[in-house]
This record gives sequence, structure tokens and C-alpha cells, in this order.
Amino acid sequence: MEKLLEQFSLGLFFWQFLLFVGLILLLKKFAWKPILDAVNEREEGIKEALLSAENAKKEMMNLKADNQKLLDQARAERDTMIKEAREIKEKMIADAKSEAQVQGAKMIEQAKASIESEKNAALAELKSQVSGLSVEIAEKLLKAELSNKESQSALVEKMLGEVKLN
Amino acid sequence: MVISKKPLHFIVAALVALLPLVNFANPTTDTTAVHVEAAAVSEGQHHTEEAPKDLKTEIKEFINHHLMDSYDFHLFSYKDDAGAEQHIGFPLPVILIDNGLQVFLSSEFHHGEHAAESNGNYYRLHHGKIYKVANAEEQVAMDEHHHATNAKPLDFSITKNVFMIFVVGLIMFFLFTNLAKSYAKNGGIASGAGRIFEPIILYIRDDIAIPNIGKNYKKYMSYLLTIFFFIWFLNIFGLTPLGINVTGNIAITACLAILTYLITTFTANKNYWGHIFWMPGVPTPMKIILAPIELLGTIIKPFSLMIRLYANMVAGHVVLMSIIGLMFIFKNWLGSSLSFFLAFALSLLEILVAALQAYIFTMLSALYFGAANEEHHHDDHH
Repeated sequence: MEKLLEQFSLGLFFWQFLLFVGLILLLKKFAWKPILDAVNEREEGIKEALLSAENAKKEMMNLKADNQKLLDQARAERDTMIKEAREIKEKMIADAKSEAQVQGAKMIEQAKASIESEKNAALAELKSQVSGLSVEIAEKLLKAELSNKESQSALVEKMLGEVKLN
Repeated sequence: MVISKKPLHFIVAALVALLPLVNFANPTTDTTAVHVEAAAVSEGQHHTEEAPKDLKTEIKEFINHHLMDSYDFHLFSYKDDAGAEQHIGFPLPVILIDNGLQVFLSSEFHHGEHAAESNGNYYRLHHGKIYKVANAEEQVAMDEHHHATNAKPLDFSITKNVFMIFVVGLIMFFLFTNLAKSYAKNGGIASGAGRIFEPIILYIRDDIAIPNIGKNYKKYMSYLLTIFFFIWFLNIFGLTPLGINVTGNIAITACLAILTYLITTFTANKNYWGHIFWMPGVPTPMKIILAPIELLGTIIKPFSLMIRLYANMVAGHVVLMSIIGLMFIFKNWLGSSLSFFLAFALSLLEILVAALQAYIFTMLSALYFGAANEEHHHDDHH
């Protein structure tokens, strides 16, 4: 202890105190404060960057999900539209078919009616012509048959015979 | 040739052959040492006379001289062709307060051989201290314990240690201001030589200051960072061949410890003082007994800081230099190379100790600051 005290030099202590305190103050102003501030700033920056990257990632995910949703919606819409179109098409075809059928049936009906009336007319004409012709023929036949007496009496006889039989 | 084919055998044979030399070397030095002790004692009184010194004494003196502060910056000495000792180095200013300010260069002492004169006052250098003497011829008087009895003037000289503190301060200032500037220049990323120290600065902040001090750590950061690098750099400088033992000086460690004590005391909160003078949670008689013990504890803490750093650095230097000195005592290639490797291994250890002591000093300072800043509500706990 005595040796320690003897070694203790007041001058050295004085200079050390002066220089060291000066060094602390100088370094505080020119080194430690700027260094620690810069490091802090950098750390904050890194933290912020990480956070914003995380946020961007989240946003991207959201966007992606939205896109998917939109896509799905569009696809569904397209599907319904196609379905509707198909239905309309089928309906149109069916409508056309039924109308055509009705129209066709009507036309056939009309044709049938006109054919019937034509036929009737033709038949009536034919009947009248046939009756005229048969009268004429009968006239001619009668003329030819009744030209002599014998044949007239034969005929009368024959007719009378027939009447008797009846 | 059988031997040349087996070099290992040859080496072993050579070792065995040379082994007796090791045994012979020690007694020869031992016998000379006896009369050297006597020479060393007589030398104390007649320092100026160049008595032929023994190697061991020379080494011992060299170590002692190395551990002490000195008034000139001495690099190395050699003997010139004429056999006269030549010292290479440069003198530093001596500043004394004795009948006014006395300033002169330490070269005026002529390495302790002459008395220096300044404004009619005469001073003599004796065992690394300056004593006042009446005239140029007078020697420093001794009492029976070989202590000098002459008056010591108040000494504010720029000694080797002060010079080194200044140099380290400059190095630190340029290193760390450059580091600070490089952040702005390089977009927040350190560049240059200072960037090596950025992880250490972060380590001190994240692993020393924040866990020990807590949320108030910012106001202590400047002190902790400065003290860590200051001690570390000076410790490392002490290990260079320049061998300037600054941190192994009690005045330096005392100054650092006192600063820690002052900062602890002046930044302490109510809680800290409450803990010292009126320990919560113990019976009143115990509080009265504990108060002086706690008060003493606040002084013992920095005192242990002072002694720890001082003792570690001095011990390291003494052991390392003694082992290096052994090389010259052995004077044969087996013993000398052995002590060389020992010195080498120890130097590596000392590099670790240099950083470790800086760390411990910083860590414990932070711990004491933390205690002064503790915000505990002890009434809730007890």
C-alpha cells in the first residue's frame, strides 16, 4: 500500500483527468452521438423496410385474392350467359318447330278442304255429264228399239213379265 | 548414412548431447548473482556511477523502469563502439510548480546524470522522481530506508504516460470521428478503418449498457464507449514493443475509477440513496447498521475497479518481461527458445487480458450506473 501511494503521481492523475474528460466530451459531440444516431436510424430504417415489405406482401396477397375473385365472378357470369344463350337457342328452335308444325297443319288442312271441294265439284260435274250422257244414250237406244212394232211389243211383254215376277 | 535418413533420431541425440549445458548454465548465473545483489544496493546511492551490472539486476531494473512513468520517451538503448551507452528517444517537457511555473525539457537531466537548472532552482532525477536540490553538485539525500528526504516539487510534467494518453486520445478522436462521418457519406453504412469497431460499439450498447442500465442507458453511452476503447487501446499499446505501461499505473486507474464513482453518485436517483441510508424491508436496528456498510460499499466498488485493472496490467507486464528476461539468463538455445515460446503464449494471453480488462471495467461501471438508476418499488415486493 505504501508503495502504491508512493507510485501515485498527482501530475499524471491531473493530466489523465483533464485529457480523459476532454476526450469524453469531444468524442461525445463528434463521434458517439453521430455514430449512435446513425446506427439507430439505420436500425429504424431496417425495421421500417421490413414492416413495409410485410405490408406490401399482404397487399399483394389481397390483390391476388381480389383478382381471383373477379376472375371467378367473370367465369360464372360467362357460364350463365352461355347457358342462357343455349336456352334461348333451344327455345327459339322449339318455337319455330311448333309454329312450323301449326302452319304446316293448317296448310294441309286447307289443302285437304280445297281438294275435297274440288273433288265434290268434279264429282257433281261428272254426275251431271254422266246423267246427260245416259239420257242421250237411253234416248238413242229407245229410238233404235222402238223403230219397229215387234220389238216394241217384245219389250212391252218383257217388261210386263218382269212386273209379274215382282 | 543411417543418421541422415532418420532426422528425428538425430534431433533427439543432439538434445541429449546438449542437455548438460542447461544444467551447467544455471549455477554459473547463480554464483554471479550473489555479488550483484550487493552491487545493486551500493548502486542505489551512486546512481551516476556506471558500475558493471549483472544481467539479472539489469533485467530487474529494466522491468522496474518499464513499469514506471518516465520523463522522456525512451525507445531503446545500445552501446556504441566506444562502449558508451546511447539512448534513442526524445525528451518531453517537465512542468513543475515551485516558486512559479518551471518548464524545461527532460533532456536537461541527461538521463539522471546531471541536475537540471531552471530560474535558479536545481532539480535532480532519482528513481523516476524529481527532487529539489540546493545546487548543481548536491545529490539526493537518503534516510536509513533508502527513501529520499529532499523536497518534491509539485509535478505536472508531460511524462511518457501523459504523452501516450494524448496519442491514444488523438487516435480515438480521428478514428471515431471518421467513423461518424462515414455514415453520412456512405448512406448509413460504416466505411473505413472505423468500421471494425462498429460491432464493438453495438456490443457495448446492446450487451453491456442496455441489459445493465435499462432505459436510461443513453446518457451513459459516451462514458462507457470512451472508457472501453481508452483502456483497450492503452492495454494493447502496453503490449507493443514500445511497452508503455499506462493502464498499469495507479494514478490512471484511480482517475477512471473516481470518474465512475462520480458519475454513479451524481446521476443516482432517490431509490439508490434510499437503499443506502434506509434499506427497505429490514428491521429498523438493521437499517442503522446497514447504512454505514452500504455507504462504504459505494466506495469499495470503484476501489476494486481501480485495483483490478492496475494489478492485472502490472502482473501481466512483470510476468511477460521476466520470461523474456529469462531468455538472456539461460543463454542457451534450449532454455531460451523454451522461454521464447512461453513468452509468445503469454503474449497471446495478454492480448486477451487487454480486451477482457477493458470489458470488465466497462461492464462493472455499467452495473454500478444501473444500480444508481434502478426503478424498483420495493414496498410492493416485501
